[in-house]
Amino acid sequence: MSRQVYMDHAATTPVAPDVFHAMAPYFTESFGNPSSLYTLGQQNKKAIEEAREKVARVLNASPAEIFFTSGGTESDNWALKGAAFTYRNKGNHIITTKIEHHAILHSAEYLARLGYDITYLDVDEEGRVSVEDVAKAITDGTILVSVMFANNEIGTIQPIEKIGKLCRERGVLFHTDAVQAVAHVPIDVKAMNIDMLSLSAHKFYGPKGTGVMFLRKGVKLDNFIHGGGQEKGRRATTENVAGIVGLGVAIERAGKKMVAEQKRLSALRNKLIDEIMKRIPYARVNGALGDTRLPNNVNVSLIGIEGETMLMDLDMFGISASTGSACSSGSLDPSHVLMAIGLSHEMAHGSLRLTLGESTTDEDVHYVVEKLSGIVERRRNMSPLWEDFIKAQERS
Amino acid sequence: MLYSDKVMDHFQNPRNVGEIVDADGVGEAGNPKCGDIMKIYIRVEDDHITDIKFKTFGCASAIASSSMATELVKGKSVKEAWDLTNSAVAEALDGLPPIKMHCSVLAEEAIHAAINDYRHRQGLEPWEEKSHDELVEEHSHHH
Repeated sequence: MSRQVYMDHAATTPVAPDVFHAMAPYFTESFGNPSSLYTLGQQNKKAIEEAREKVARVLNASPAEIFFTSGGTESDNWALKGAAFTYRNKGNHIITTKIEHHAILHSAEYLARLGYDITYLDVDEEGRVSVEDVAKAITDGTILVSVMFANNEIGTIQPIEKIGKLCRERGVLFHTDAVQAVAHVPIDVKAMNIDMLSLSAHKFYGPKGTGVMFLRKGVKLDNFIHGGGQEKGRRATTENVAGIVGLGVAIERAGKKMVAEQKRLSALRNKLIDEIMKRIPYARVNGALGDTRLPNNVNVSLIGIEGETMLMDLDMFGISASTGSACSSGSLDPSHVLMAIGLSHEMAHGSLRLTLGESTTDEDVHYVVEKLSGIVERRRNMSPLWEDFIKAQERS
Repeated sequence: MLYSDKVMDHFQNPRNVGEIVDADGVGEAGNPKCGDIMKIYIRVEDDHITDIKFKTFGCASAIASSSMATELVKGKSVKEAWDLTNSAVAEALDGLPPIKMHCSVLAEEAIHAAINDYRHRQGLEPWEEKSHDELVEEHSHHH
């Protein structure tokens, strides 16, 4: 088999071996229902509570503020729909941004169909929301502000602490979708005045299908999943014990490694960006640079080439990556995030996202740049768009 | 895999890539907004397409459709080339995913545009081209 370089860690990560080993007994011998009173059940309840403490420690929250869900999407749905239904008599206005994940955007669109008034804030060309815009958008009828912590496509980190402070001062609930940020960059829900936060285990070497909703103590929020009395009556369904245990081990493990990984990955990320800019003419970096970019995110647009073509060519060399081009998603419009930062359709169709992770090495970075520059040269040579672009450059 | 082996072959090893400097007809279809542009160059001798080259910006199915379409019309009479349908291109590729069918339509459109450019240069009346939407519609009725 040829060399495999996985550069799509923002899509998902493999379950770390120690996480997997910690989970394994809960599928077989430790199968008890945590709601059962006998030992087999109660020891699983204890395992869940240990996981809850681990999550709380990483976020600087209290264990009582942590609720396990099926993932980031459920947590996002809970935050938006929960706030909308709970506070429907207080107001019908929700503020979010144009670059949120579809879990937020599609929930917001659904609420709009029910009569809620949604404000989608613009972002600047680096994909950053302005705190002043949030302040200006808040009205007496605003019941929720939801701004993602860091963007999944372009990696831009939002001024969450400032937005949190503003919302607290104005008495408006503040939710952040932190799926791409948790265990990658430091998060302190207290210092940042976060009321609700969504996270997902499979983005930090935990299992898929497990997530968390942080709900600050004292914040009233209707339930989203109704049923039994699990999670202190806040989120029904027999607990995904193995998943929750895995999430706990994964977040603790990632929390310990975070500072070192942040430094290591930022350096690799910068190297990858620099090498691409050096080797490939007319490459453009999408998103912020430096400390306000996720340490593992590289997103570039390569004019003249369509994203799916790049992905398939890279796949031939064992490289897994992602694109904001429409052709890969099945819709005709390219990524809403790339459009929101002002990219032309051509540039959005030519976008490539490479997201690094624990397995990424210096050699991987060189390998990817080497293969990518060859692919770009070959595909540009057969692109009429590139031909037109170069002619226009020569004229100007 | 999303694509047939034939699509993968024509995507990885596209036939007839390039341009013909003093072509007898040049045609373009698609637009950057949709993420697909095909440009086709033809050489016509004795009412036959003796050479054909293309350049394509687009996804794998757009590139494979261009490659296959040029193969199918090479050596054919101008009228035969005109009659090439997008369904024939897709069939020759052992099918395309439904969402990608418009790529094969683009190949048909680009060839039509090149032929009409040739006819125009020869002082002949252009043949009637169908719109992209009509072609997509027509195709969906075939299946």
